[in-house]
Amino acid sequence: MLLAIEGVSKRFGATLALDGLSLAVAGGEFVALLGGSGSGKSTLLRLIAGFEAPDAGRVLLRGQDQAGVPPQARPSAMVFQNYALFPHLSVFDNVAYGLRREGLPQLDVAARVQQALALVGLEAMAGRRPHQLSGGQRQRVALVRALVKRPPLVLLDEPLGALDAALREATGQELRALQRATGATFIMVTHDQAEALALADRVAVLEAGRLVQCAPPRELYERPATRFVAGFLGGANVLDGVMGADGLLHCAAAGCALRLEAPPAPGTALAVALRPERIALAAEGELPAENAATGVLRGVVYQGAGWLCTVALAGGQSLRVQVPADRAVPPEGVPVLLQWPAAANIPLAG
Amino acid sequence: MLRAIPFGWLLAFVAVPCLLLLAIAFSATAEGVPPFAWGRFSLEAWATLTEDSFYLEAFLRSLRVAFTTAALCLALAFPMALALARAPARWQPALVLAVLLPFWTGFLLRMAAWVGLLRDQGWLNGVLLGLGLVEEPLPMLYSTPAMLLGMVHAYLPFAVLPLYATLLRLDRGLEEAAADLGASAFTVFRTITLPLAAPGAAAAFLLVFIPAAGEYVVPEMLGPPEAQLVGRALWGAFFQDRDWPLACLLAVLLLAVLVLPIRLFQRLENRP
Repeated sequence: MLLAIEGVSKRFGATLALDGLSLAVAGGEFVALLGGSGSGKSTLLRLIAGFEAPDAGRVLLRGQDQAGVPPQARPSAMVFQNYALFPHLSVFDNVAYGLRREGLPQLDVAARVQQALALVGLEAMAGRRPHQLSGGQRQRVALVRALVKRPPLVLLDEPLGALDAALREATGQELRALQRATGATFIMVTHDQAEALALADRVAVLEAGRLVQCAPPRELYERPATRFVAGFLGGANVLDGVMGADGLLHCAAAGCALRLEAPPAPGTALAVALRPERIALAAEGELPAENAATGVLRGVVYQGAGWLCTVALAGGQSLRVQVPADRAVPPEGVPVLLQWPAAANIPLAG
Repeated sequence: MLRAIPFGWLLAFVAVPCLLLLAIAFSATAEGVPPFAWGRFSLEAWATLTEDSFYLEAFLRSLRVAFTTAALCLALAFPMALALARAPARWQPALVLAVLLPFWTGFLLRMAAWVGLLRDQGWLNGVLLGLGLVEEPLPMLYSTPAMLLGMVHAYLPFAVLPLYATLLRLDRGLEEAAADLGASAFTVFRTITLPLAAPGAAAAFLLVFIPAAGEYVVPEMLGPPEAQLVGRALWGAFFQDRDWPLACLLAVLLLAVLVLPIRLFQRLENRP
């Protein structure tokens, strides 16, 4: 295990930024720390880098407790959110900064820097100052500055956050390719679920300083452990219900009964996640006894790839329903019929 | 139209007075009030200045004193400004106030206080004599160290404030990035903090150097009587010798000498 975080807590004044969080990361992994603002994801990254010390718990790198080890002595390298490029140094000197601190001979430094700049196609920019670069170029300089020391662990704080949408996807793929090529472990902080799902081997979801779930992207999306994860990733609907004697989960607020693939004992209260894209919307039809509901179409939002519809159910709850763009959407205010397969019902732990 | 106002102001209160000074500098002296003849061109003042090495020496001595004062202020101001900028945000207004507090007392009063402290019958000598550390009073007042002490006391806030402003704007993330790349605390300071604060340091230096070069009161009250500075020479020419052309020429030359550091300061201020 390259990195082990054991029950770390960190308090800033009255706020508990991290609350007994544990996480293990293997060498060569790409892990995304996903969470909203105030979830503690950036604090966790700064704790691993050594800029903050945990109030409780331990950070172990290659089995060694990092307590009291300053950032300069840790084998990790950080890519800062606003890149933190040295404005008074050229691109070359920025990238060379870490190598020079190692006391590497001048010729070796030059060779390593050139090689690193070539890796991201910035050889021609070596003489420029950071303010003469575009946002995407700056991001790549920051990345290369961290990678040139060949650190086993690279920490990235919202590395794509400052880029415009068009650049973000391509740069993300570049990031992924670099991680594969170098074999380094990447830990990336992000608030963008699409980014986390697309790039990471595993996604760790943080909420209020706790680790809610850590799983590969597909598992996280298809088997969210909690209501929070289900809602945070893909905006799933959550239906609350109680198991009936008939083997169906009766959801009063939604006004429907669900057939589960593995139903628990009768009387059990259970929350179920239901993805908007798994629900089929029809204008009329006969209401099946299970995995279906009727309601009134309240809102339609065009999203390019489809329509996001809000349907008010008979029981009072509203469901988000995604309709592919090639389907016709009935006008607002019309009664509609919703249906979904039993496999779409995902039982939640909490 | 609005843009004309600052230019009009500069024209009326800087350019016109300078031209008047220049006109007087190249006029002949005369009996009467004022003691010069308008329109009678003369190189008399210029000749005095070039022939008597006293004035050139006063100029050079002034620049040397100004340089030393500015250097001492910078050396003291840097750690002060750094401590200010790194202090908890809620303490900073009070600490900045402490730096500015001397301004609440009159400048002459502060210099007079130094006289009281340093003179032969002053407080310091009183304490030294009382403790038996010295047999007779140490001659401290009217010396170059006493003058520099007063100069540094008078000008230190002018050096602290621009440095503080610069260090406050400095992105702490840059220092963290340097530390993360393996730089020791001292190396971070040397390679990141210091170069990025250099424009602020230069501004601080010039903000002290420019007024210190023409300083009259401090050398007069605390400095050695034999080593005259340009401010004293100017005062003497104006009030003692009633040689207005010479006094005006000295004033214009002092301004001319200071144009270079003033331009330097402006270029620093206008940097992106």
